[in-house]
Amino acid sequence: MKTKDATSQSWTQRLANPTRFMRLSGIVLPWLTAVAVAVIGYGLYLTFFVAPPDYQQGETVKIMFIHVPAAWLAMMGYLIIAISSFGLLVFRHPLADVSAKAAAPIGAAFTLLALITGSLWGKPMWGTYWVWDARLTSVLILFFLYLGLMALRSSLDDEALAAKQTAVLGLAGVVILPIIKFSVDWWNTLHQPASVVKLDGPAIHSSILVPLMVNAVGFSLLFFALHLKAMRNEVLRRRVKAMRMAEVNEAAHNQDAAAATAV
Amino acid sequence: MMDLGPHAAFIWASYAAVALVLTVLIVWLLWDGRRQRRMLEDLQSRGVRRRSRH
Repeated sequence: MKTKDATSQSWTQRLANPTRFMRLSGIVLPWLTAVAVAVIGYGLYLTFFVAPPDYQQGETVKIMFIHVPAAWLAMMGYLIIAISSFGLLVFRHPLADVSAKAAAPIGAAFTLLALITGSLWGKPMWGTYWVWDARLTSVLILFFLYLGLMALRSSLDDEALAAKQTAVLGLAGVVILPIIKFSVDWWNTLHQPASVVKLDGPAIHSSILVPLMVNAVGFSLLFFALHLKAMRNEVLRRRVKAMRMAEVNEAAHNQDAAAATAV
Repeated sequence: MMDLGPHAAFIWASYAAVALVLTVLIVWLLWDGRRQRRMLEDLQSRGVRRRSRH
């Protein structure tokens, strides 16, 4: 039987070894964190000291610089879960479930931030904290999907079964992403239509677009750093669990051996 | 203090929410990582291995 050597493996296959993943992620994580902090710091400088007030919204446009990255990352978090779930169900990649489990609380946190900052932006601009329009409601459903994934996993003791069931839910739930993205086009919403990711280019002036993109890059890097850290914690948790199982097996074996000797 | 206009409270509340949620997330991840590492070291110091010898 032919086996693949290290050079013919894809990068995902090479990372399938948790020990190798821990070594590489241990090197990457401090650098990724440092770059994320530097870019966010620069983004905040642009936000508070460079970006002009919007001609219509005034200074409240500053909320957009964190609301929009949070909303993008809320969706990206779920995309990571969906891709990881696919990786688990189709390729049985050893780190796929680790990735899906690690992304859930981080994605939920960014979704919560998108909802809170959107609400705080809505009050001065729309006159209300909340309306049940398609965009806001679909993002709220995304938040509940994250909570549902975490609740489903924690309700099952069998880790392999929990991985499969959450992967099926994670994959099925991906339908929420196009609904969120196109909700402002398909339905009449109070929420404004897309103004950055558009076929005919962004509809925002560069003085506002640049700080927004710098913040988006900074928070995306932070998201990846947090995801990497959560994955490392999960690998350690599974090692602890495996060692505890081995300890129990060892103790049971010793007990059996002692009983057999006594007889 | 910079003047953020009549809606300054909403702007500061948004940034405070981001700071709070991300701080809680980061502290939880660091605490969890330390806890797992401590448990792993404890098991290793007791000579436990990942696979049972039997």
